[in-house]
Amino acid sequence: MALLSRLAFDPEELEEMKASMNSILTYMDELNQYDTADVQPMVHAVEQYNVMREDVPHTSFTNEEALMNAPEKENGYFKVPKII
Amino acid sequence: MSQITIHDLHDKLTAKEISAVELTKQMIAHRDAAEGEIHAYLSVSDEAALARAAAVDARIAAGEAISDMAGIPGAVKDNICIKGETCTAASRMLEHWVAPYNATVIEKLEAEDYISLGKTNLDEFAMGSSTENSYFGPSRNPWDTECVPGGSSGGSAAAVAANEAVWALGSDTGGSIRQPASFCGLVGLKPTYGLVSRYGLLAFASSLDQIGPIVKDVTDAAIVLNAIAGHDPRDSTSIPMEKKDYKKALKTDVKGLRIGVPDEFFGPGIKEETKAAIQSALKFYEGEGAEIVPVSIPHIKSGVSVYYIIAPAEASSNLARYDGVGFGFRMPGEDIVDMYIKTRSAGFGKEVKRRIMLGNYVLSAGYYDAYYLKALKVRKLLKEDFDQAFAKCDVIAAPSASGAAFKFGAFSDPLSLYMEDICTVPVNLVGAPSISIPVGFHDGMPLGMQLIGPTLGEERILNAAYAFEQAHPEYTKTAPKGDM
Amino acid sequence: MKYEAVIGLEVHTELRTATKIFCSCKTSFGAEPNTNVCPVCLGLPGVLPVLNKKVLEFAVRTGLALNCEISRYSKFDRKNYYYPDLPKNFQTSQYDLPICEHGHLDIEVDGKKSTVRITRAHMEEDAGKLVHHGTSITDSDYSLVDYNRTGTPLLEIVSEPDIRSAKEAVAYMEKLRAILQYCGVSDCKMEEGSLRCDANVSVRPVGQKELGTKTEIKNINSFRGVERAIEYEAMRQAQLLEDGGTVVQETRTWDEKEGVTKSMRKKEEANDYRYFPEPDLVPFTVSDEYIEEIRKTLPELPDARKARYMKSYGLAAYDADYLTNDKDRADYFEAMVAAGAEPKEAANWLMGDFAKLLSRDNLEMKAAPVQAAAMADLLKLIAKGTISGKIAKQVFSEMWTSGKTPETIVKEKGLVQISDTGALEELADRIIAANPQSVADFKAGKKKAVGFLMGQIMKETKGKANPQIVNGILTKKLSEQ
Repeated sequence: MALLSRLAFDPEELEEMKASMNSILTYMDELNQYDTADVQPMVHAVEQYNVMREDVPHTSFTNEEALMNAPEKENGYFKVPKII
Repeated sequence: MSQITIHDLHDKLTAKEISAVELTKQMIAHRDAAEGEIHAYLSVSDEAALARAAAVDARIAAGEAISDMAGIPGAVKDNICIKGETCTAASRMLEHWVAPYNATVIEKLEAEDYISLGKTNLDEFAMGSSTENSYFGPSRNPWDTECVPGGSSGGSAAAVAANEAVWALGSDTGGSIRQPASFCGLVGLKPTYGLVSRYGLLAFASSLDQIGPIVKDVTDAAIVLNAIAGHDPRDSTSIPMEKKDYKKALKTDVKGLRIGVPDEFFGPGIKEETKAAIQSALKFYEGEGAEIVPVSIPHIKSGVSVYYIIAPAEASSNLARYDGVGFGFRMPGEDIVDMYIKTRSAGFGKEVKRRIMLGNYVLSAGYYDAYYLKALKVRKLLKEDFDQAFAKCDVIAAPSASGAAFKFGAFSDPLSLYMEDICTVPVNLVGAPSISIPVGFHDGMPLGMQLIGPTLGEERILNAAYAFEQAHPEYTKTAPKGDM
Repeated sequence: MKYEAVIGLEVHTELRTATKIFCSCKTSFGAEPNTNVCPVCLGLPGVLPVLNKKVLEFAVRTGLALNCEISRYSKFDRKNYYYPDLPKNFQTSQYDLPICEHGHLDIEVDGKKSTVRITRAHMEEDAGKLVHHGTSITDSDYSLVDYNRTGTPLLEIVSEPDIRSAKEAVAYMEKLRAILQYCGVSDCKMEEGSLRCDANVSVRPVGQKELGTKTEIKNINSFRGVERAIEYEAMRQAQLLEDGGTVVQETRTWDEKEGVTKSMRKKEEANDYRYFPEPDLVPFTVSDEYIEEIRKTLPELPDARKARYMKSYGLAAYDADYLTNDKDRADYFEAMVAAGAEPKEAANWLMGDFAKLLSRDNLEMKAAPVQAAAMADLLKLIAKGTISGKIAKQVFSEMWTSGKTPETIVKEKGLVQISDTGALEELADRIIAANPQSVADFKAGKKKAVGFLMGQIMKETKGKANPQIVNGILTKKLSEQ
């Protein structure tokens, strides 16, 4: 789970994390008391459909604006460590 | 000045009793004096504020009409983007991130000639209910600095309660506007999901987040809502509708109003003083000709479980972009994965990490059906409960929190703190609007009551809230730290 | 033992919309790095997606052309994984409710027809591009990221494992490309990445029903690559089984230079994409009216066009297939016919000299320097006898380089065919007198002598003599000798 989350913990943190997650997840088992066999899942708080926009271009960022907050950049690109 | 509201100050500005520049300078001076104790702000923008104030004064001098909010200094929660200003979400991850664009609400406020004195503190990425999770340290409650101001919009509430801002924007994913408003003796409004654009609000849980006002009184809530509500084509979940004037809902007449009171909102976790304060509020409404209707919302019990599955699930995905590649904090690493892990482990605080882990857990293969899908289904049952309740009543009354503001460090166990959200999270899950208003005091600390409406029922709750407020001026007091 | 390959293809095609799928940035290819980007496609904090109408329209149009059922209710989902070309570290895609399902497409290889079922086609956003510093991704010190392509709309079209050979896979890809082009939804340039193909390949002994263990081949960048990669992989697997080994389920990459597939290191984690419904986009419904409206805009598709060419123009299947598997080529052909060219001749020219020059100059049909009307004029000059077929080749080549009309070239170069009988008789007399040996050969029964004399006359007239008339004159005069 930590790798999926791209997080690392030291042993002490990990113990605390595990303990709290366990108690939270155990508490959540209370949801099993509800029969939801015929219930549709609800993703959105307010139902809406077919929200779309026209295919018309807007002005994009300049390269400078795009890279304004980049931790590292080179020749107009974002720079990242080697990919394995 | 003791009663500092948008509407009073607007009258003073238009009557030329005070100029916007004078007002802004006074507010800045007071803010700077109070900040040492309160720590409501993460950054300030005085230069821009004074420039805007001067522009408003010029318009007044030229005899132009000004909008309700024009020239009145406020503050913006630091998870809402203002172009050219830092937007930190109270996280080390975004400590130096400068937003290159404006949130829709900021564009709308600009059209109203708004003034912002700065960005306010919050729990990191709006995850928490006390601002104790802020990377930059907590804010303090202006009623008692030993107590939390609530959260996550605790900085916004503390700023308004301490008169460091006349109004403030907050965001509410599971109570983050209403609970701090309640803890600080203020009015906080969480609009219907989709009424206010989320574009430019740093996402915590996309299907629950809403921006709303934290203000001194109900009239101010209507004024800010007027400014920020409205359809936004950049937000697919924004509701297409005509603009309304919410000030028209500010009536004291509640005759015939049906107020639903679900037992489930008044369970054993709710303190007696809270129950008593709401009981007496209900008596007032009855006296005014309103009808108290018992209703039942059985699935409120499951609100905390459902919320703490759905919100972390969405958050785990929304926060994946904080990876050190394109913006924000980066911790060097040997390779990309190492960089990701080091950056995220050092950049996020403990609570954010916990929710990311929880979110990834409930979405992962093998657990998806048991947790995430189950939660979406119980969410539907909860929505059906609310729909049935609103067939019998016009508004629902509920506590805004179990009691008054708690002391720093009062909760060490995350689950027990999550349980405190029982009164607020069900409202976000069903997308309903809700306003928290001061309803009394306990040991000198404010208590709050929620008035919850059906989808787009803002006018009803504003009406009910206004009626109570007008009859109870003693609850709209200024916090001790707010004296100017 | 004899083995057969079982192949399924996952094709990604970039949709040719003006703007990206969830923001209004342009989708142009080859812009300066990180200039077709905005807060939304950069995945900055606080942004939200809004679906481009055109993407849905293109997806539905393609689905109809591929005989798919169009979902009346559909939605987007998030596919969560970390990669630096993906700014949000999730891809907005479609998981359990794709817009198109259950389609099929017919192919033909060496006269054998077959049907390939299409499982699904769904909309999603493209990722950015990585530039590696070093010779390859593995030995680079660092990489550079360009997000221009991020958010370009993609349609992922997934086939059932109904393909049985590399050749069938190519035929499927060609047919799919033709359909996408006919629908006007994609440029389909494999080299530029606007059409991409991953192949799932397994083998099994002929006659066996159960499927073998499959591998997924990525990084195929050309039609030729599709054929070679699948051929190689099927052989590799068959050899492995033959030698008593087993196939490992894995992702392999096609190395175009070495002509082999190579194992890609297994990721340290199992792929767990944690799909869930995209909360920032609302679901969409598709009405019957909407579908019918789009159906009306569907053009005549390759199969129908081919059948029509065979029926109305009497073209052979092979020729009709060649013309119709490229929409631009078929359009060109029809424009020639509309301008008065004889269909069979037009087809021959397009398959012959025209195709040669296109490939010599590495041009696409649309970029051909000779317009269809001019081609038709050229063919008409032949039909009228103004120029011979041989001269026409010369004129065509001149048209290609100079852009002049065939009439101008014929006039300027004096290439008009000599059909004046008197002049040709005079010339024939001269040639016959100068070549007594040929006359003797003819009399000795060697009919080839006519050919030699004809060649002499052509040489004399620089090819302009009307060969039919000359042939008549020569035969007559030689018999009279």
